[in-house]
Amino acid sequence: MSKFILRRLLIAIPTLFAISFVVFAILELSPVDPLGNLPLTITPEEREKIREAMGANAPFHVKYAKWVVQFVINEPLNILEQVTGIKIGDSEGRLRYISYQTRSPIVDLVIQRLPQTLWVVGTAYLLSVLIAVPIGVLSAYKPYSIFDQVGTFFAIVGYSLPTFFTGLLFIIIFSVNLKWFPSVYDTTHRVTDMQSLLVQLRQIFMPTLVLALYFTAQISRFTRSSMLEHLNQDYIRTARSKGISERAVIMRHALRNSLIPVVTLVALGIPAIFQGAIITEQIFRVNGLGQLLILAIQGGDLPTVQALTFIFAVLIVIFNIVADVLYALLDPRVRLS
Amino acid sequence: MRKSALRIAVLVLIVAMTMGTLGFAVAQEGDTLNILYWQAVSTLNPYLSGGTKDIEGGSLVLEPLARYNELGEMVPWLVDEIPTVENGGVSEDLMSITWTLSEGLVWSDGTPVTSADVVFTWQYCTHPDAGCNALSKFTDVTNVEAVDDRTVVITFGVPKPFPYGPFVGAQSPIIQAAQFADCVGANAQNCTDQNFYPIGTGPYVVTNFLANDVVEFAANPNYREEGKPYFQRIVFKGGGDAESAARAVLETGEFDYAWNLQVVPQILDQMVAAGQGQLVVSFGTSVERIHINHTNPDSALGDMRSVWVPDGSNGHPFLQVPEIWKAMSMAIDRDLIASQLYGAAGKATCNLLPAPAAYASPNNEACLVQDIAGANALLDGAGIVDSDGDGVREYNGIPLRVLYQTSTNAVRQATQALIKDWWAQIGIEAELRNIDAAVFFGNDLASPDTYGKFYADVEMFTNNYDGTDPEAYMAQWTCAEIAGPDNDYLGNNISRWCNPDYDALVAQMAQTGSLQERAALAIAMNDMIVQDGAMIGLVHRGDVSAISNSLEGVLMNSWDSELWNVADWTRSN
Repeated sequence: MSKFILRRLLIAIPTLFAISFVVFAILELSPVDPLGNLPLTITPEEREKIREAMGANAPFHVKYAKWVVQFVINEPLNILEQVTGIKIGDSEGRLRYISYQTRSPIVDLVIQRLPQTLWVVGTAYLLSVLIAVPIGVLSAYKPYSIFDQVGTFFAIVGYSLPTFFTGLLFIIIFSVNLKWFPSVYDTTHRVTDMQSLLVQLRQIFMPTLVLALYFTAQISRFTRSSMLEHLNQDYIRTARSKGISERAVIMRHALRNSLIPVVTLVALGIPAIFQGAIITEQIFRVNGLGQLLILAIQGGDLPTVQALTFIFAVLIVIFNIVADVLYALLDPRVRLS
Repeated sequence: MRKSALRIAVLVLIVAMTMGTLGFAVAQEGDTLNILYWQAVSTLNPYLSGGTKDIEGGSLVLEPLARYNELGEMVPWLVDEIPTVENGGVSEDLMSITWTLSEGLVWSDGTPVTSADVVFTWQYCTHPDAGCNALSKFTDVTNVEAVDDRTVVITFGVPKPFPYGPFVGAQSPIIQAAQFADCVGANAQNCTDQNFYPIGTGPYVVTNFLANDVVEFAANPNYREEGKPYFQRIVFKGGGDAESAARAVLETGEFDYAWNLQVVPQILDQMVAAGQGQLVVSFGTSVERIHINHTNPDSALGDMRSVWVPDGSNGHPFLQVPEIWKAMSMAIDRDLIASQLYGAAGKATCNLLPAPAAYASPNNEACLVQDIAGANALLDGAGIVDSDGDGVREYNGIPLRVLYQTSTNAVRQATQALIKDWWAQIGIEAELRNIDAAVFFGNDLASPDTYGKFYADVEMFTNNYDGTDPEAYMAQWTCAEIAGPDNDYLGNNISRWCNPDYDALVAQMAQTGSLQERAALAIAMNDMIVQDGAMIGLVHRGDVSAISNSLEGVLMNSWDSELWNVADWTRSN
């Protein structure tokens, strides 16, 4: 098993290098200008000097080499130092990967924003798994019943409505008309007691719901089909004929087996939910990684876009490995060779 | 099975209901001011900013020596009076200006503000490796010298009839020498703490900065005016889009102030009807205009595309013909564009220079009324007719087909569509093109799509100038400023329009001190640009922000930071 994981990790390294090069090259070749938002009153000659000072004019290979060094060596060391508190080498003089927009190290921005994304994305995912699996099981247990029909309807609606639409719809209903939930996420809010936790829950309610709607639909459909497949298997009939209670048949026999592909789907879906968060965070002004990415794209802040795109790529690769490993762990029939 | 699912559903519903019925705290109360900028602040150092949002955020903390009020008049800020020739503050030969700081000024950390800080600010911005974006404020400055603790003398290399560039307005405030001492030159880029938490003289100090998201400010305990500011805390949130920002003030009431609301006027009107807030508008110098390419943008020309040649041999095949660009201008219904697409934020204009009032030309009012029949008659009279019956006129056998480009933006695309239709009615066919703003306004030499390269026949965008003196702005239209490969397309004369008479006026203005004569010259220059077909003015654009009904004291300002008088803002009960 450990051999398998190790091999997958080693294969991931060249994959990530290839991705990093493609990401860097594509973005570097784009004609976006980090100074595009400056007032036109600043003359082109001055812009040229500003670009020079930002390092935006360096040749491609120099920029890429710097990028790799900073990303692979310097920033991990910085994070290690921050976590452990141990100084490693010349930490003051180390080159940092600086954003064009903020002139501050990008990794700091990422660390600052990760918790919000995890709050929203994490609760949304948890919520959708909690809701979706029972719905899926029930739908499969009584296929084509009214419950199943209603479930199917909502799944199709949830799956096909884009988050930017449902987000806006929720704001109009819950913020503008009912005034139940805030439409703007307050980043300065700190959770210290029950009262403030309630405030926090209230302000992540809408972004969470928007994301959850989408994923509930997907996961419940998947659970349903997987469950249906297993309910028709011979071993279920055997279990039933042994006189085991219906509840035990469903929960212990059918559900357990049908969850194997669902778990893989859940693991594989995690990077996707990060992407879904990009739009949701922008709508509700949650200062997560997704919003950082959008702002960086709008501002022509190439280093930040490159860093975030790469981080998303890393997440996808990692969760792919996790999904593979989980699958192998859960289903002994899967061979690792 | 069914029961448990039901239980979960009921539980979720109950949680949602209890959370909901508690309602969210409405932001429009108490001594916290909630400001929403849909472009988030990236840095509070205006010298390194990437846009207006940063300059305005920084203006809560950092202040210039003098600034512009809502009428575009200069008001002393960190000084007691504006230096002029009359009061001896500006030398007779217009080569130097002497500023005297007010007595007893302190930074928010309690240390005194001295002339050394002013000198340092100049050194900081003009260092060749700093990448400072306010360099143009310091054009022709040869020296900034501290005579004593409160007196600064700025010396210019040439006579400056308008010496109020350095340290006036939100773009060139004074920074603290002690704080930024290690941030000179290339180090400017690495001083994250200084750029995020600048020490200033303004009514607020930064208490928390989350880049590209939110800034928290607290009242400056050392602020020079007793009892001000009223608001003890400011939450300066950023991000999202203009429409939802307007909604947060006008409909949900979560915020007190939302900036730069370029939203379809009909939608804004609907939001105002909700009764939570109102719009505030002011007009600066921004004009949406169509630049006419005076060179040939034909792609067959290769390297010579849209390149100006002094002997005029690479001129545009038909856009230099007066009847043609005059007809194009006459065919446009500017009032319709202004009222339908800009609403409160636009007024029809034909001028390049619409404000301040003294500089606005009254001589180009005729084009404010659309005249399609007149335009057709003008073209017919000049013998420019549709000879092959395809609906498009020909000039010397060349069909009048133009490529009309602009940046991607709903209002601009709607304007394009209207104008295309009007031009079609006078036998001129327009092909529309829109380019992402970050590319269009960029200067990537490898990109053919920048506004500077101008690989099109006409292009539309907005430009303006800071402050109230148009000299530098008008000087952008000289022959020497024509954008082309020799200056890496960094020249300011985008239309590639060259008129020696105009150059003479520019030279004359540089030597004219009297404000009245300068105004007359500015009007003459504006008229020459308009009446010689360098560009077609469309809409004088205002700035629109939304404020909550309880907010008082806002004086909307297009000449300086919109937040320029935030110390005077209060909340009514």
